Amino acid sequence: MTAVIDTVLDKAYGACVVLRGATLAVRPGTVHALVGENGAGKSTLVKILAGVVRADRGTLSAFGHTVPLASWDRARARAAGIGIVQQHGASAPALSVVENAALGVEGGPVLDLAPVAEQLAATGAKVGLPIDPYARVSTLSLGAAQRAELVAALRLGARLLILDEPTAVLAPVEVEGLLARLRALAADGTSVVIVTHKLDEVRAVADDVTVLRAGVTVATFSTADGPLDTSAIARAMVGSDLPPTMTVSPPAEGAPVALGLRGVSLGGLRDATLDVRAGELVGVAGVDGNGQRELALAVAGLERVARGTVMLGGRDVTRASPARRFAAGLAHVPEDRQHGGLLLEASIADNLALGRADVTGRFRVDRRRVLAHARTQIEVLDIRPPDPAAIARSLSGGNQQKVVIGRELSRPGLVAVVACQPTRGVDLGAVVRIHERLRAAAFAGAGVLVISADLDELLALCHRIVVVLRGAIVGEHVAGAGARAALGALMTGAA
Amino acid sequence: MSWAELRPSPHLKRELIAVVIALLVSLAFGSVLMLVAGKAPGHVWSQMVLRTFGDEYLLGQVLYKATGLALTGLAVALALDVGLFNIGVEGQLVAGVLASGVVGAALPATTPAVIAIPVCLLAAAGAGALVGLVIGGVRIYRDAHEVITSIMLNASITGLALYIGNVALFRGGSTRGPDIAPGAQLPQLGFGGSSVNAVLVLAVLVVAGMWWLRSRTTWGRAWLAVGADPAAARCAGISIGRVQLLAMAGSGALAGLAATNFVLGHKHAFEEGLGRGTGLLGISAALLGRTHPIGVALATLVLGFLSVGGLAVADEVPKELTEMLQGVVVLAAAGAGPWLARREALQARAA
Amino acid sequence: MIEAIFSLTVLVQAIRFAVPTALAAMCGAVTESSGVIDLALEAKLLFGAFAAAAVAHATGSAYLGVLGGVGAGMAVAAVQIWCALVLQANQVIVGIGLNLLALGGTRFLLQLIYHEGANSPAVPTFAGPLAANPVLWLAVLAALALPFAIRHTRWGLRLRAAGDRPDALVAAGVPPLRPRLYAALVGGALAGAGGAQLSLSIGGFVADMSSGRGYAALAMVILAGWRPALAALYCCGLALADAINFQLQLAGAGIPHELAQIIPHVLTILVLVIVGGKHGRPPRSLGRV
Repeated sequence: MTAVIDTVLDKAYGACVVLRGATLAVRPGTVHALVGENGAGKSTLVKILAGVVRADRGTLSAFGHTVPLASWDRARARAAGIGIVQQHGASAPALSVVENAALGVEGGPVLDLAPVAEQLAATGAKVGLPIDPYARVSTLSLGAAQRAELVAALRLGARLLILDEPTAVLAPVEVEGLLARLRALAADGTSVVIVTHKLDEVRAVADDVTVLRAGVTVATFSTADGPLDTSAIARAMVGSDLPPTMTVSPPAEGAPVALGLRGVSLGGLRDATLDVRAGELVGVAGVDGNGQRELALAVAGLERVARGTVMLGGRDVTRASPARRFAAGLAHVPEDRQHGGLLLEASIADNLALGRADVTGRFRVDRRRVLAHARTQIEVLDIRPPDPAAIARSLSGGNQQKVVIGRELSRPGLVAVVACQPTRGVDLGAVVRIHERLRAAAFAGAGVLVISADLDELLALCHRIVVVLRGAIVGEHVAGAGARAALGALMTGAA
Repeated sequence: MSWAELRPSPHLKRELIAVVIALLVSLAFGSVLMLVAGKAPGHVWSQMVLRTFGDEYLLGQVLYKATGLALTGLAVALALDVGLFNIGVEGQLVAGVLASGVVGAALPATTPAVIAIPVCLLAAAGAGALVGLVIGGVRIYRDAHEVITSIMLNASITGLALYIGNVALFRGGSTRGPDIAPGAQLPQLGFGGSSVNAVLVLAVLVVAGMWWLRSRTTWGRAWLAVGADPAAARCAGISIGRVQLLAMAGSGALAGLAATNFVLGHKHAFEEGLGRGTGLLGISAALLGRTHPIGVALATLVLGFLSVGGLAVADEVPKELTEMLQGVVVLAAAGAGPWLARREALQARAA
Repeated sequence: MIEAIFSLTVLVQAIRFAVPTALAAMCGAVTESSGVIDLALEAKLLFGAFAAAAVAHATGSAYLGVLGGVGAGMAVAAVQIWCALVLQANQVIVGIGLNLLALGGTRFLLQLIYHEGANSPAVPTFAGPLAANPVLWLAVLAALALPFAIRHTRWGLRLRAAGDRPDALVAAGVPPLRPRLYAALVGGALAGAGGAQLSLSIGGFVADMSSGRGYAALAMVILAGWRPALAALYCCGLALADAINFQLQLAGAGIPHELAQIIPHVLTILVLVIVGGKHGRPPRSLGRV
């Protein structure tokens, strides 16, 4: 049987080499999992296959025909039968589902959307993913928008469907549904490539597995050779055994409340009440979009709460600006390091000193102290390259995140920390350092609130975890045995 | 202090190259225009240089123009640094002309210079700051696009000044108001009888001061952060609204201060149309100088040279040619920076 | 005086005033809806006005002059797109730079071709009543056709996608530059025609004759939530106020003429300030490449 895809690829962005001779071979009618940790190059690989990104060098054979890589673009890939559902979607929110589906294949200067809508509805019904073609994408949930893109790709007759981290925006039960659909599609003859770093999903759905590490294909596995060995896959992903997780013992009973929220309401978040004690690590779990953003904004003071109070180390900071909260002992690691965490065009040293009057001085900038502070943080967090003058934009995602963590967690007199998605898109080495640093902050007496869409991270890091669902805190569980099941149930409202 | 601190940032090198590219592009464009006008570019450019630098008066005029431009250029640069476009410098300049002309004339004739001059400077800067504050305020609190409100205010202030002049100030059918007090009049610096005056010294001091504030203090870091990435600045605790409002006030003050070059240093009275064009040209200066105070200062010398030199060779090519180059310079400077940044990224990949 | 305000003269004058600004506004609405900030409306009006006058003078036909204006507007739009999307210069600066270039450039060409400082030689105008003016009909046609085109044609769909989320176009195999270029060219043609109306209606090109209409037009675009037909309507309202102001001045209404001249400018500011930024959101990807 000729392979659906057979490829070897090279790709670099500037000085950053993303793919080095990475290979992928997909058998027809299979679900093929492309795994690797954050930053391994998985997204880039599949974007090249789909023609969204152009490779620097390599070969690609699709459905038995060799493809000229230099001219391989989205239109050609689509014509060849390759469909893709990208990680953050690629739909225009102001347009409807059918308008998005018609984009690029309008079929004439005047639009005739009715037949397209019919085809979308029919395709959706056939594969068991019903959609409303005339809905505007901005009104859809992330999961529904993703379904719509999937159906649109199938409508165009995709013989190979690529999904990049599709389960990141889904609750556990929706994940099961999606994976079942993918198995059915593969059985029907449409090959599927699913990019993921979650091994339980791989075990549930994959026929074959390709492991990418640092841009190189390091291993392949197949169910043709017997059941998949997930620990072998994990070892291939990381290159060694995962380091054992350290723990911080939970705070004593009488520890003071470092961060307290009482009846906080802001936007979609309603009546949130939560206590984080000094020395405690509390996680906030839940699928993105259930009120976590509002929670972070309320704690950081970036938006004024409609109702409720925020207490920091016993002081009422509800009306305080972010600057006053920093002075009162808060640290805030924002969700998006590139648009909120860092000044991308500034150096590491300048970023580490941003908003830190204790480092720069009140008026005249003490450049010696800025440099010394930078050198300290670079060492503590192993920031690479270890050059204080390096520009933030040139750093990898993990090192950028370390700079943000370094700036925030080095604040003197730290009372509470709120960290949002602290290791999203970060390589494992950096994940370890960042988790260590968060634990150290708790050990030093701060109350640490970690908001993350990655349940595994919270289970490894926190003492207890609360769940937000549709804007409300619906329950909590101490980390440990049975936590994952209980939290999963809370996240979907099944509890 | 280690060498690492003294090394110019990669950004600085790139900015310098961008300026050079912008100048070369303008040179090329100007040469093409000269050819269109039927003259040899080499001849025209060399004549421009020789006549301007060979004549003391013209040289003085270059400095005179550069003085006003330096202040309006710094005004636009400051606003750009916080992410705002202060196109209202023209109107702020007129407000400064009016304020210093009126206040200067209202002072008793025996006022000593040590009081008169600061009072007039304050009046000019204050008037400009007020206008800047209005533009910034409606932008921050009402989300009104500052480019449009600036342009509308420019026209409004010019009309208002003309009205006040006609009704209250102009003497005997002219468009010139009463003389300002002798104590407020600043001496001219000679240069063959040109208009360059003591405000040149003030401009140099302001350039140095702005440079120090921008590179060496936390204020400068705060306003640069707001302009570079408001989201990051907010998360780091910097108050965007406050920084932008203060910057607009400061920007207006600088533009208003530019008025003193014309009122205190040259005409010694409020006149209609005094300093016209300095505001608009200040935009070119700020962009050519890449919003760096020293860069802006050098850019004003280049633009001043173009302006005076264009007049000096007006018998060879239309003087409007150099006026056109003002716009070319802006586009070239705006395009060179990003283009270079992308070339750098591409080259790094090939390595 | 009341008769002066509500007379036919005022209405006709208002329509004549409205056409250039309304066309410029439709240009701005279309270009910005595709995600490109358009501050170069002054430049399109000015170059359009000059080109129309020059072509009409050279050929003796005002109608050919309109084509000249249209061409000039499209040329400016093309340069704008090149600077903004290929060089990726800051789009606000590109607009302002082009406006500066137009101010100096039209003066330069005026000097070079006609050896005049401020006024071109007389140029043929449109004979007959207002109803015979082709630019007026173009404006009306555009106001009616644009909303339909944006909602129901391929050009419009891709334009909206470019202004909302260029990634969607990339995923669909369409480079975002193309729909933005087409949008800008259509807009440039309209604004260039508006410029033609400026010079051809008074029989010549006068230096700096756009006098801020481009910026006023953009203000109307923002107020209209980037809807082209509504923006054109707001421009008509502005022009009516202008015409009434003009009549009142002629009738000696007592407002000093210097102040009366600035009333439209002050009005624009007030409207922008009072209504604020809360009416319709700008295209999601406005200004981003």
